[in-house]
Amino acid sequence: MRPLTLQRLLLQCSVLALILFAVVLVAVKMGAVPVSLYGLGRDLISVFLGQTSHLSSDYGMIVNEIRFPRILLAIVVGASLSVAGTSFQALLRNPLADPYVLGVSMGAALGAILALIFESHLALPVWLAVLFTPLGAFLGAAGTIAAVYFLGRREGQIDSATLLLAGIISSSFLSAVIIFLLTSGREFRGMAFWLMGDLSSSLQSSLRWVLSIGFLLATGAIYTTAADLNLLLAGEKEAMHLGVDVRRVRLVVYIAASILTGLAVSVSGAIGYVGLLVPHVMRLLFGSDHRTLIPTAAFGGAIAVVIADTLARTVVAPSELPVGAMTALFGAPLFIYLLRRRMA
Amino acid sequence: MTRSAQASPARSDPREAPRNNSDVRLSIEQVSYAYSANTSQAPLFTLEANSFQARPGEVVAILGPNASGKSTLLQLIAGALVPLSGRVLLDGFVTHALAPRARAQRIAMVQQETPLLFPVRAWEFVLQGRHSYGRTLRFDNEDDLLVARNALAQVDADQLSDRWINEISGGERQRVILARALCQQPLLLLLDEPTLHLDIGAQVNLLVTLRRLAAENRYTVVVVTHELNLAAEYADQVVLLQKGKSLRVGSPASVYQRDLLEQVFHTALTVEQRSNGRPRVNLLPTS
Repeated sequence: MRPLTLQRLLLQCSVLALILFAVVLVAVKMGAVPVSLYGLGRDLISVFLGQTSHLSSDYGMIVNEIRFPRILLAIVVGASLSVAGTSFQALLRNPLADPYVLGVSMGAALGAILALIFESHLALPVWLAVLFTPLGAFLGAAGTIAAVYFLGRREGQIDSATLLLAGIISSSFLSAVIIFLLTSGREFRGMAFWLMGDLSSSLQSSLRWVLSIGFLLATGAIYTTAADLNLLLAGEKEAMHLGVDVRRVRLVVYIAASILTGLAVSVSGAIGYVGLLVPHVMRLLFGSDHRTLIPTAAFGGAIAVVIADTLARTVVAPSELPVGAMTALFGAPLFIYLLRRRMA
Repeated sequence: MTRSAQASPARSDPREAPRNNSDVRLSIEQVSYAYSANTSQAPLFTLEANSFQARPGEVVAILGPNASGKSTLLQLIAGALVPLSGRVLLDGFVTHALAPRARAQRIAMVQQETPLLFPVRAWEFVLQGRHSYGRTLRFDNEDDLLVARNALAQVDADQLSDRWINEISGGERQRVILARALCQQPLLLLLDEPTLHLDIGAQVNLLVTLRRLAAENRYTVVVVTHELNLAAEYADQVVLLQKGKSLRVGSPASVYQRDLLEQVFHTALTVEQRSNGRPRVNLLPTS
């Protein structure tokens, strides 16, 4: 017996945090304008010492105002998608579930676009306008997962294959609606790029707060059900007999995962494969206990999206790829590898 | 609660002390249930009112052909289904009204095998039985580990502790599942066809283990099974169901009547009353 201890969990998380830190350093350095790590370190020390006047101005602007916010955004989006994927896999008892596959990302995207359309017709106060798009995305995500959940049932039980089909059908239907809206509305012409997943848009600082606080609250809420999710893997009946309040857990995870997907999609579009693959890789590394899996998947998702976004903005520099294209480029082969490994 | 209102099982063993309410642990009182596709239609399946009682240390077998309502009755006892009428009392508590955690600390259910989505090791699986004793984010403590080790030892499965649950034999897995139920430290142990998919040696082994656990830990054990002879050998009481009706409740000797069993199971058989007071059923070859 080797039960999970807090020390082991913290050790695993610190290792991942260190990797994330290293990845962030490289990401800050890479780009169209070269940035030296030495200069960056000197600047960080200056900031800590309160000597902001010493900052060298040539790349300080690029690092502080462009790359760093974008990397932070990638961290939160990656962690959100990965935690959402982990939750959907446990909740639906389906190893192939993730926000993208189930069409939840497309639902969130549609919600966000509808919110934008309504917002332009309503004269909303600024604070409400900021919340309006994420709220629309959340409702879109929650509505889609509810629809897919009911379409994916056969004889009262969730059926894996039917569920995935329901997801794929919802996804393609929703993207058709989105394309229709985008083409008919003049102001949305540039958004096709966003649909593939794009982290380049700069956010208002209030939206950044909404995103970060939403991420922490939703992930925290899901983490309180971590031990319950372990039992839910064996089925709802089984979990109930072991003392899990299945209805409460389902509701908490459903709402929290919809919030995570809604927030991530409203700021970055639909980035695929992160929610599907990162949890599986973390399971291979650390086991399938959700008390470990949820935090490690959050770090793993952050690491994956920071790397993907760094590649997306550097491989074809000075132009950029959508980050979703990058995750698909690496995700699809990895997915096939995992699938074959599973069957072997 | 008056005794006369109960369909009290007639017990054939005169050595048994007469029951009084104080030592009854499990009391099924006129419990019925109906499944229907929707509320306007007639029910697809009805379980008619059922009553029996069981004490600590007693093993009750629920017998009957397929679709006779055995599993439904077990789910009603577990409190997983809310009865249409009547109630199930466990030490005076209505089982379906208990909160999930409180229920899991009193009632353990061993179900027909459910596949796991991601494999775990046997000890992890057994520790799941401690779930209802932990707080939301508490990590497993020494007490939990001790209970888990004891549970594995009680079913003679300590050597399986570090094996993957999907890589051990059916009989071994059934023992690990039983160990998880023991980890719940229940008053009532329910088993839904635990001998399914087991070879005959493993079946006998499981029933012997159940008998011993019921005696040692003072569990009340209710087991749904198709194995007439195993039930005859190891149960104190049997409940015979047919098409949702409880035909007879009592000791194996009083329930195992040739005419009755032939009519219920639609096959020719003989019932032999053995010297130990327990009957044995022999199937007759049909021409």
